[in-house]
Amino acid sequence: MLGSTYALIAISFTLLMGILNMLNFAIGEVFMLGAILALTFVKLGFSFYWAFLLAILCSGGICLIIERLSFRPFRNTSPLIPLLSTIGVSILFQNTAENIWGAERSQFPQWMEPIDFHIGPVLVSSTQLIILGAAVLLMIGLDLFVQRTRMGRGMRAVAENIETANILGVNSNLTISITFFVSGLLAGASGILFGLSFYIVSPFMGMEPGVKGISAMIVGGMGNLRGAIIGGMFIGIIEVLSVAYIGAPAKDFAVYGALFLALVIRPQGILGMIQSERERI
Amino acid sequence: MDIFSALGINILLALSVYSPFATGQLSLGNAGFMAIGAYVSAILTVHLSLSLFPSLVAGGMIAGMVGVLVGFPALRIKGIFLAMITLAFGEITRNFFMNFLSSLTGGTYGFRGIGDTPVSLAWIWGWVLFFLVFFFFLSRSRTGLSMIATHDDAIVSELVGINIVRLKIGAFGMGAFIAGVAGGLFAHYYLYIEPEFFNVWKSIHMVLFVIMGGMLTFWGGVLGATVFTLLPEFTRVLQDWRGAFFGAVIIGLMIARPSGLLTRELLRFNFRHPDRKGPLS
Repeated sequence: MLGSTYALIAISFTLLMGILNMLNFAIGEVFMLGAILALTFVKLGFSFYWAFLLAILCSGGICLIIERLSFRPFRNTSPLIPLLSTIGVSILFQNTAENIWGAERSQFPQWMEPIDFHIGPVLVSSTQLIILGAAVLLMIGLDLFVQRTRMGRGMRAVAENIETANILGVNSNLTISITFFVSGLLAGASGILFGLSFYIVSPFMGMEPGVKGISAMIVGGMGNLRGAIIGGMFIGIIEVLSVAYIGAPAKDFAVYGALFLALVIRPQGILGMIQSERERI
Repeated sequence: MDIFSALGINILLALSVYSPFATGQLSLGNAGFMAIGAYVSAILTVHLSLSLFPSLVAGGMIAGMVGVLVGFPALRIKGIFLAMITLAFGEITRNFFMNFLSSLTGGTYGFRGIGDTPVSLAWIWGWVLFFLVFFFFLSRSRTGLSMIATHDDAIVSELVGINIVRLKIGAFGMGAFIAGVAGGLFAHYYLYIEPEFFNVWKSIHMVLFVIMGGMLTFWGGVLGATVFTLLPEFTRVLQDWRGAFFGAVIIGLMIARPSGLLTRELLRFNFRHPDRKGPLS
């Protein structure tokens, strides 16, 4: 559950990290805006499906704006600069959301009568199953998209070398924009899933899952989509298990301890390889 | 009056980020070192009734030692990985003070009763002056030049015989020491600390001071800290939208001056080759 949310965020980070070698720190805020917008659309009287669809499309659009402001001007500079610029973007979004929607937590109205299933000793509700299913479907779809389609191949070509890709006839600007759009869609979708499963929507909900998404990406292997999925599941499971067996306060301790150890022992991640010739500050 | 003490502490924090950054290491965990300094010095003055100066130094030393320990594994790791491992360290430290030693420090409820030995403005600015003089002489020394060389190109500086291992760990420990002292001053000026003060945003703010002011000279950090401490005071008219304004300023500044306000060329009054690019641009 939590794992699949983190995996989705980790994928949206990985899409950009793998292609542009740039970290979009504002993904956490796109995640937050996705959830808040969906809630707003529901309150405006849209049906759930339309509200979710609109909110996800909006998050994609927001990512396109971020690309224009914080990435396109800096394509040939140090990767540090877009990172900081997106920190600025996340401060801007967080504060704007706080001013528009208020700082209180709100929650989604129940969107269907939950039916509880018992699988052995585990209690699972139908909502949880649907969310898990949606997350898994999104991941599989994305994996197919990147590995099998022409656009996906273009993305991987741009990731390898942007100039060579241009020479070979890939429209790199368009490819990068689409990558940003897709990563925005994913971030928005995971924000909605998070809001639905934990009943919390607030302007401050983005930061923690954002940082944990980055952790998941690193633990799983930088720039590797399947690695991001494994890393996300791994971080989610560690978090849930440490809450269950050690206690809630130990949660972050365990997660960041795992990240620290993973970086010390296996800095290339579970599935990844460090491209050491490209230095990333 | 408060604004000047905040300014002094922020300048110290900016210097603490500058020190490892001068050798090409980006640390997103300096709030952790700040927390160690704050808690250690507060425990010493409150529970062992030590006087102020030795407690501050002890807090700084312990933060510095932890910094050296963190710096060792960090040597293998570069760029964004280093930023994440330090971020993980900062979060581990914050969670440590939230969950452990709470009989001494009050845990999540905050550390009260640091009232016996308050620091004055002169104390803070004394330390600022000390470190500024230190960095001034350092920047003119052989060590300072080696630090710049390591920042620009680690491999070449290793080839010309600079011991970059010692230099990098030293710079990291130095940064941690300064952050620790700043933490001690912070605790004894505001007389109350809680783990939430030392979260990720604190670390990010410190990095922003350095990046905005100019990342290639220590005056840049001083300027950045000054601008960003005073800016909120001058923009009170914006009220709730100050955060959004702050974010927008960061985005705009990055587009206008991606190397920060002050650059090495500017400091050398070298206007003859305005087109010459710095190593990061």
